[in-house]
Amino acid sequence: MKNPDREWLKKRLMNVAIIILAAFSLLLLRFVYLQIVEGDEYRRLSENNCIRLQSVPAPRGMIYDRNGTLLVDNIPSFDLKIVLQDAEPVDETIAKLAEFTGITLEELMERVDAGKKVSIYKPIVLKKNITRDQLAVVEAHSFDLPGVRVEIEPMRNYIYKKSAAHLIGYLGEINSQEIENNFYPDVRSGDLIGRYGSERAFEHILHGKRGGKQIEVDASGRLVRVINTVEPIPGKNVFLAIDATLQQKTESIMEGQTGAVVAIDPSNGDVLAMVSSPSFDLNDFIGGISSEKWKALMSDPGKPMSNKAIQGEYPPASTYKIVTAIAALEEEAVDIHTTYFCPGYHKYGNRTYHCWKKWGHGRVNIISALEKSCDVYFYRSGEAIGVDNLAKYANGCGLGKLTHIELANERSGLIPTAAWKKRRFGNSWQGGETLSIAIGQGFNLATPLQMAMFIAAIGNNGTIYRPKILKFTQDYNGSLESRLDIKSEILGAIPASKQTLKIVKEGLLNVVESEGGTAKKIRIEGVDIAGKTGTAQVFSLKKSDRDSNRKFARHLRDHAWFVCYAPAQNPVIAVSVIIEHGEHGSTAAAPVASEVLRTWLQIKGILPSVKGGTI
Amino acid sequence: MFDRRLIENFDWGLMLITFLIGMLGLSVLYSAVNAGEPGGPMHLLFQKQMIWIAGSFTIVLLSLAIPYKLFDRGSLVAYIICVGLLVAVLLFGKYVAGSRRWLALGPLTMQPSELMKLSLIFVLASVYSGIISESGLAFKYLIKPALLLFFPFLLVLLQPDLGTALLLLFIATSMTLFVKVKKNVFFSCFIVAISAVPLAWVFVLKEYQKGRVLTFLDPDRDPLGAGYHIIQSKIAIGSGMLSGKGFLKGTQNALAFLPEHHTDFILSVLAEEWGLIGCCVLLFLYFMLLLWGLNIAYCCRDMFGSILAFGITIMIFWQIFINIGMVMGLVPVVGVPLPLISYGGSSVVTNMIGIGVLLNISMRRFVVV
Repeated sequence: MKNPDREWLKKRLMNVAIIILAAFSLLLLRFVYLQIVEGDEYRRLSENNCIRLQSVPAPRGMIYDRNGTLLVDNIPSFDLKIVLQDAEPVDETIAKLAEFTGITLEELMERVDAGKKVSIYKPIVLKKNITRDQLAVVEAHSFDLPGVRVEIEPMRNYIYKKSAAHLIGYLGEINSQEIENNFYPDVRSGDLIGRYGSERAFEHILHGKRGGKQIEVDASGRLVRVINTVEPIPGKNVFLAIDATLQQKTESIMEGQTGAVVAIDPSNGDVLAMVSSPSFDLNDFIGGISSEKWKALMSDPGKPMSNKAIQGEYPPASTYKIVTAIAALEEEAVDIHTTYFCPGYHKYGNRTYHCWKKWGHGRVNIISALEKSCDVYFYRSGEAIGVDNLAKYANGCGLGKLTHIELANERSGLIPTAAWKKRRFGNSWQGGETLSIAIGQGFNLATPLQMAMFIAAIGNNGTIYRPKILKFTQDYNGSLESRLDIKSEILGAIPASKQTLKIVKEGLLNVVESEGGTAKKIRIEGVDIAGKTGTAQVFSLKKSDRDSNRKFARHLRDHAWFVCYAPAQNPVIAVSVIIEHGEHGSTAAAPVASEVLRTWLQIKGILPSVKGGTI
Repeated sequence: MFDRRLIENFDWGLMLITFLIGMLGLSVLYSAVNAGEPGGPMHLLFQKQMIWIAGSFTIVLLSLAIPYKLFDRGSLVAYIICVGLLVAVLLFGKYVAGSRRWLALGPLTMQPSELMKLSLIFVLASVYSGIISESGLAFKYLIKPALLLFFPFLLVLLQPDLGTALLLLFIATSMTLFVKVKKNVFFSCFIVAISAVPLAWVFVLKEYQKGRVLTFLDPDRDPLGAGYHIIQSKIAIGSGMLSGKGFLKGTQNALAFLPEHHTDFILSVLAEEWGLIGCCVLLFLYFMLLLWGLNIAYCCRDMFGSILAFGITIMIFWQIFINIGMVMGLVPVVGVPLPLISYGGSSVVTNMIGIGVLLNISMRRFVVV
């Protein structure tokens, strides 16, 4: 080994200098080529910033029901746009445009001012979906309107207007904060994104990938040639789990009522129908809802914008007795042979708790207690189990927590515990409160969807599914190979043994099919129904007010519940119904549920489709 | 004690070249941030850049008091700290536009990958100065440098910052070839590298990754992204023609046409406004800077200083070549800033420290060690 000397170093450094010189010569040659050889051409292209990008929007995926009935598609919209750079003098052009089209100058200027901040080289949308007359006049005067153009963009079309509005949802313009936070990939200012319902939940599926064109334009912004094109990738079509026929039939039954209906396939958690009434017209939201319409929707006492199926929290009332029954059997507080005598009331401490039936049910066991909805039986069971134990079973049954439906802003309801009350109100749990909880009153709250998933799980012998509104997706062109089925998810199991479930199911069957049942009037010939009624007190009123006020003030009337499944032996549908201020579960909610069951059983061919029956 | 001779030997020539490039850079940046909209949201960047240059220059002057020989001993520690910072970036880094490159230190944010370039040069200079020989290095001597490159290369690639990762690779490779490897080692490494590419292409890369590589090599495959930037950049440069459109008269860099026109694509602003003449001036100044650096490597009396000076010079060279080649559509689009011209604190600090080290070596060229 010889240590390098200075001559050696010099030689190597000289070589490096030569390499650097060669590299710099290459760069210099490139400068000469671009600036001298091709300089004239590049100077020309730079004069008006001639090479531009034109965005080509990706069509949004369409929305179908489970059978492929089209619910939402795209129709062409003629959008009026302006590129400020080409529109000089801008004020004059805008004034002419206002004159020709009849769109007010203020409206146009508002859009121009907003767009100025983004770029004067990018088209600003002045008005979406202009009329044919406006289109004709703009085209006719195109030489007087430099920089102005009309582009055809796809626009949403909600075929059934108000039907399944909460489930389908609408779009809205993305805001600058969402763009900054990069929450949605591949979006830019002016883009529409799902704001509600499935449009929001499945945004990533429905939204395609924007394409674009590199174009060369002349001095007034007119296209000279297309240099390069990237085709947009359309969004995927989604197929919802709902059945459009069942959904629309359910909506017609609920017409004029305030409340919600959820129908579930107990074998996989599919949401067959989800109705929240009153509803709203999705088409009002296309291109932004007008402020009058928005105000009207917001001030409606029926709260049409809220999806009561997942956001309405109601005391589950007597439907909750199913939970109490499971807890009592599992904790061995009662068994099939245990009977209590119901004199119409139950004394606890120095208070008297009433049964809904003043003169009492006499001697009842767990099955007849469910059948007749005897309060006293469940007061005594609840007393034996205790509030925290009861809460454990309620949580196990999927209550007091999210069902994890795909839709946003689901509410979790409430299952109180002693610790919760201490935290919330600072005082300790009173034994008497347990009695109210045991019959589903008090602090208890549940959403119609939670109750639907719960009764579906009872019906299928204990499997709690995640509710599913997306059945499958398909490519935009609808090719069958591209079908992608969404798997059902199991969230857990009802905390009950087979024996317990058998007893509870017998009680629920008797609610409808036995002579003493609270919902015997809704029977359908040819099929057994199992269910449970509920009547939720709106206010815990003084006894003196109890009957007098309610008849007059609608908002003080009780909410009516009914949860059920059919056929009782091997259910294909489970339904939960809440009718706000419907008074009695048996008279207001149960008949609605019965109609929904009948419709689905007819669709499934289990019942003959000719109309007839016992109602 | 501070030797009087050190001040007498201060390298005024290098100072002057650096100063001229810096002034040219500031004038171009002024134009870039004021284009279209004078006093717009970008004009503060100009002042920030001045502060970065002045601040790092002060630190560099102070650091001249430290004999560069101390860097030899400290290089491994600095290297380990930088690798640690790179790990920290991956764990706690700020997520900007799809990659983690920034580390927040109080009010300042820094890019540890920039400092990594310097510390890699230091540690390789330290290693190679001990084993250099005229006959070239055998394979066993290359294992340690390869590992020293591997860790920062991988960590930077994971950010992901392809530009800086490639720079690390190029710098390390250049330094290794400079200190000379044996011919058989060179050829066997070359053959392994060449044959690894098709094998990786067939067996390792997934379809979408291949698509990215192809787009990277040929920006026209992405006409709405990189391809469009290159076209706009070429229009800006070409439209400058011989003498340019004049100071603040450029149109292409205005607004949205070049998203990075004050950082990676700043050369297109210079080329548009000052034309071929301006570009030649810049190339000349850079060429002088690089020759000066090589001369410092030659004049230095010890191997560590020579290799260190070479490493810093070649780092500046690769940044210049990749950046200019990129904006002219000669090499793929990777985010490499133009030294002393592009906006950006980390880049300014790194290159100023590099020049500070050159000054340090240069002023001690007569000190006998």
